[in-house]
Amino acid sequence: MSYRNDPYDPKQVALLDPAALAEAVTEAGKAFAAAGDPDALATVRPAHLGDRAPVSLARREIGALPPAAKADAGKRVNEARRAIEQAYAARAEVLEREQAERVLVEERVDVTLPYARRPRGSRHPITVLMEQISDLFIGMGYEVAEGPEVELEWTNFDALNIPPDHPARGLMDTFHIAPEDSGLVLRTHTSPVQARTMLSRKPPIYVIVPGRVYRTDELDATHAPVFHQVEGLVVDRGITMAHLRGTLDHFARAMFGEGARTRFRPHYFPFTEPSAEFDVWFPEHRDGPRWVEWGGCGMVNPRVLRACGIDPEVYSGFAFGMGIDRTVMFRHGVSDMRDMAEGDARFTRAFGAGL
Amino acid sequence: MRVSLSWLREYVDIPANLPVNELERALVDLGIEVESIVDLSGTVTGQLVVGEVLEIEELTGFKKPIRFCRVNVGAANGTGEPQEIVCGARNFAPGDRVVVILPGGVLPGGFAIGARKTYGRNSNGMICSAKELGLGDDHSGILVLPEHVVAEPGDDARPVVGLDDIIVEVEITPDRGYQMSLRGLARELAHAFGIDYADRGRVPATAGTAEPAYPVEVRDPVGCDRYAARMVRGVDPTAQTPEWMQRRLTIAGIRSISLPVDITNYVMLELGQPMHAFDADRIAGPLVIRRAVPGEKLTTLDGVTRALAPEDMVICDTGLPNPLAGDGEGVPISLAAVMGGETSEVLPSTVNVLFEAAHWDPTMVGRTARRHKLFSEAAKRWERGVDPALPLVALDRAVALLTEYAGGTVGDEVLDIDHVRPVTPVTMPADLPSRRVGVDYPPARVVALLEQVGCTVARGTDRLAEDPGEVAVAAGGGETLSVTPPTWRPDLADPADLVEEVVRLDGYDQVPSLLPTAPPGRGLTLQQRRNRAVSRSLAERGYVEVLAHPFVSTELADQFGLPADDPRRQAVRLANPLSEEEPLLRTTLLGPLLGIVQRNLGRGLRDLALYEIGAVFQPRPGAGRPPAMGVDRRPTDAEFAAADAVVPHQPRHVAVVLTGDLEPAGWWGAGRPAGWADAIEAGREVLAAAGVPQERVQVRAAEYAPWHPGRCAELLVDGTVVGHAGELHPAVLAALEVPRRTSAMELDLDALPVPPVTPAPMVSGFPPALIDVALVVDDSVPAQSVQQALAEGAGELLESVRLFDVYASAQLGAGRKSLAYKLTFRAPDRTLTGEEAVAARDAAVARAADRFNATLRGT
Repeated sequence: MSYRNDPYDPKQVALLDPAALAEAVTEAGKAFAAAGDPDALATVRPAHLGDRAPVSLARREIGALPPAAKADAGKRVNEARRAIEQAYAARAEVLEREQAERVLVEERVDVTLPYARRPRGSRHPITVLMEQISDLFIGMGYEVAEGPEVELEWTNFDALNIPPDHPARGLMDTFHIAPEDSGLVLRTHTSPVQARTMLSRKPPIYVIVPGRVYRTDELDATHAPVFHQVEGLVVDRGITMAHLRGTLDHFARAMFGEGARTRFRPHYFPFTEPSAEFDVWFPEHRDGPRWVEWGGCGMVNPRVLRACGIDPEVYSGFAFGMGIDRTVMFRHGVSDMRDMAEGDARFTRAFGAGL
Repeated sequence: MRVSLSWLREYVDIPANLPVNELERALVDLGIEVESIVDLSGTVTGQLVVGEVLEIEELTGFKKPIRFCRVNVGAANGTGEPQEIVCGARNFAPGDRVVVILPGGVLPGGFAIGARKTYGRNSNGMICSAKELGLGDDHSGILVLPEHVVAEPGDDARPVVGLDDIIVEVEITPDRGYQMSLRGLARELAHAFGIDYADRGRVPATAGTAEPAYPVEVRDPVGCDRYAARMVRGVDPTAQTPEWMQRRLTIAGIRSISLPVDITNYVMLELGQPMHAFDADRIAGPLVIRRAVPGEKLTTLDGVTRALAPEDMVICDTGLPNPLAGDGEGVPISLAAVMGGETSEVLPSTVNVLFEAAHWDPTMVGRTARRHKLFSEAAKRWERGVDPALPLVALDRAVALLTEYAGGTVGDEVLDIDHVRPVTPVTMPADLPSRRVGVDYPPARVVALLEQVGCTVARGTDRLAEDPGEVAVAAGGGETLSVTPPTWRPDLADPADLVEEVVRLDGYDQVPSLLPTAPPGRGLTLQQRRNRAVSRSLAERGYVEVLAHPFVSTELADQFGLPADDPRRQAVRLANPLSEEEPLLRTTLLGPLLGIVQRNLGRGLRDLALYEIGAVFQPRPGAGRPPAMGVDRRPTDAEFAAADAVVPHQPRHVAVVLTGDLEPAGWWGAGRPAGWADAIEAGREVLAAAGVPQERVQVRAAEYAPWHPGRCAELLVDGTVVGHAGELHPAVLAALEVPRRTSAMELDLDALPVPPVTPAPMVSGFPPALIDVALVVDDSVPAQSVQQALAEGAGELLESVRLFDVYASAQLGAGRKSLAYKLTFRAPDRTLTGEEAVAARDAAVARAADRFNATLRGT
């Protein structure tokens, strides 16, 4: 180790004077406070903490002190430097926080600007409702059955106990496939799927049948030549009309809330006996709570079971069906059937993709 | 069917002051649909009074003759002075009693009556016609009260003209013909209110005599199993139909024609027996009832000459020669059960009337009515079933009414040719209603209810209950009922029909609510899940679903430019389309979908992305007709398969159409117009949503109508074409008036393979090496092929390859393009060295160079 053996020089060691050090701290504090942003602060840093800063220069002088004075002077310098560093860090933190806050203010945007760059599409409310009904029955153990829209007259009529000259056949307003005696029709209801299901499965049968059906009605506010039905069929041992009613009550509550219930009115369908039309109590109707005609139902006519190879002495069953277009209409307050059929994108968009 | 409550009350003692809603409820609970119940007393407000015409002053000088009348309305006008009223009708004279509405009253339709000056005189009220009062269609003159009506001037006219009544209109289901009569409705209401019912259809009637009322031979007892007739001679041809009968016919919607004809209609409404009245002097010889002979014609009462079919039953006059059918066959003078003929109809001069009451085969009547489009009131009843026990009762009633109002003498002879078979009893376990309905009906209750509807029930225990199914409700104990339905209930043919009667009369509201337990199901099938996934994915990508009608025109195939041998030209045709313009069913979803695009465009929507999932219809040429199958047993699998083979193939397709901007313009910048690439993307999206792995999908250029030949892709899965996508042909767009650049995609969802169970990928944790390459190739080289070559050449280290730029310029040279790919290399077990990645890149480029003469750009 070597050191200068100069005599003690008061001028030189003036840098180590407590007052001088205190002043360096004060000056640094003033300079830091005057810096308005992190960049300005960084600019004044060398003058107070750099190699030529008073505290740095003072440190160099310690070596020249007599050994006895070194420890004391070193302590003083270190304290002064630590004070300046702390002042710097404190000021830097303040300035950085201020700057971050300023950026957040500066970067503010109008979040209410309408943004619809990739508009969502939507599914038709009829599709959505058919899925909802199917899902409800799937939850009860049913399966979804389907069938062709151009259908055999046999499955659409004969197998359902509607022989060729039955007045009900005339009431169906059927589209026939050319030539007139082709034996083919556009199905007038989803019921031919009953026959197809019974021909292809063994009981117990629990199916739900959504689908498109056709009648020769001109499109107007309350009729359409193409519309949709959902039909249910159950064939099992010991099935009664009470089971039919229980199923429809459950269905009604699931669709329209706990306040919903059904009401049966005797009616006639060739393929069920006894037969009924059923109404649902719909508390949310736009014209106030009321009974709404919903669909037809009944116990599967033993003649139908027989034509489809199911022994009516062993099995009994029930069937029910309702118009989906009509259900959408009263559920959503659609007043014109044409809105459902014309494909106006504004109508369908209102329903979204559906749940 | 429309009847008045006062008429119904003549048949059954309905509780007095029954609220209208209770009457409606009772009918509905019996299965009778109520179209309307109208209380007539509320239809005319204000003072409607009987007036006596005192003086008539004829006013002249107007376009039509006008009368100024002074009418005595008693004290109703407050003064007792005659009321002065101007009237345009002329069918009345001083002394007649008429119906007057005084100022302040309102007629049906909101027609308010005031005091006003007209034709130069003050008119204080109005003398009313039946039509103005809502009592029918008669507007030929004002309503003049008949002499027998007891009423004084100033009396309330409502009860006098029937405006105090309640009109009930009901719809009868096709199985219950008996309800289409007062007799039947009264029976039902008796059930509803638990009151006595005296059946006027089951009263003793004058029996058939050996000597016929008129010589008749029934040649076809299947078509006509009963024919009865009676003669009334010497009636007063000027006799008018009584006003009350006219009123009841009017309410029922039947026009008054002449007294004998009105009586036949009245008896039909009353008892349910359709009848016919002949002018006996206009029949030349004995009558023959037979089927028509081909070529025969008949002019019916409506003046239409009809060509008869061999199935039609006709009533023929053998006094007329018929060269077509032969001697003794006679000439048709009436189309049985449906409509009479002109030549034998009752005329204003008729004095000798032959009433016919027969029973016809309902199937025959139905066919004849449909064939000749004659859905008369009679035909409606025949189709639904008429009581074969009624003819003699109906004849008694008809001749009594005719002689009462027109005099004459009833012949003693009664014709009754009766081939009616007795009703077959239906055997039913007594507990069947309980087991089918789930309500405990003791056997005695079942018997009582069935007897209430007119059945005869014999109880026995000779047969055990045959239904081994689980008995939900214990009842019956093996007791069997032998039930003979009444003659008016042909619908009661099966035990199930009897079950319905039991539950109907006991009340549908008594049926409890019980959930059956289904066996565990398997949820949706793969296909069903897939259809849903495709639908949802398109909706979430911005497409809007439509459900188009599948009817298309014959011109569409030409508009689409389909080649002559395109299978889509083979369409299923409707025999009775709604519009002759659109007789075919779609073979592609695009036709109807573009129709919906047009409609939306017409309504000012310009940016459209629509989709549809639905069936297309592909006929099976030469498949012939399905084989006949009965219903008394299940068709065999082979029989049903043969029938099903005739049904057109109906695959489920998905299609989209895009026009305008797919992404709208906004404050963020310009919009993005939809184009061919979006349509192809939609196709890829559908395949992805359907679970088809990307590596099994191929897209390649194709020429396929109605797409633009240079902008059409075919989509393949495992090398099979499943659909097409791209921009539509400009000529097609022009023909359909749809904007240029409109693009579309259509794909056969049913042609997609079952998705495999996806094997999990190896996910390496080592860093990737990314290298971009730009390859210059001939413009005709498909990008997909270049990518494939790169992938093959790069080998196993290649993790992914992505085209990120396509570029063409003069620098590259005409007919050349640059394809820039980002290659990602990664090893499963180590960090790749630069040399390894470059080697793989070079191998990839070499393969592309080798196959497509591709060069690295910049080299």
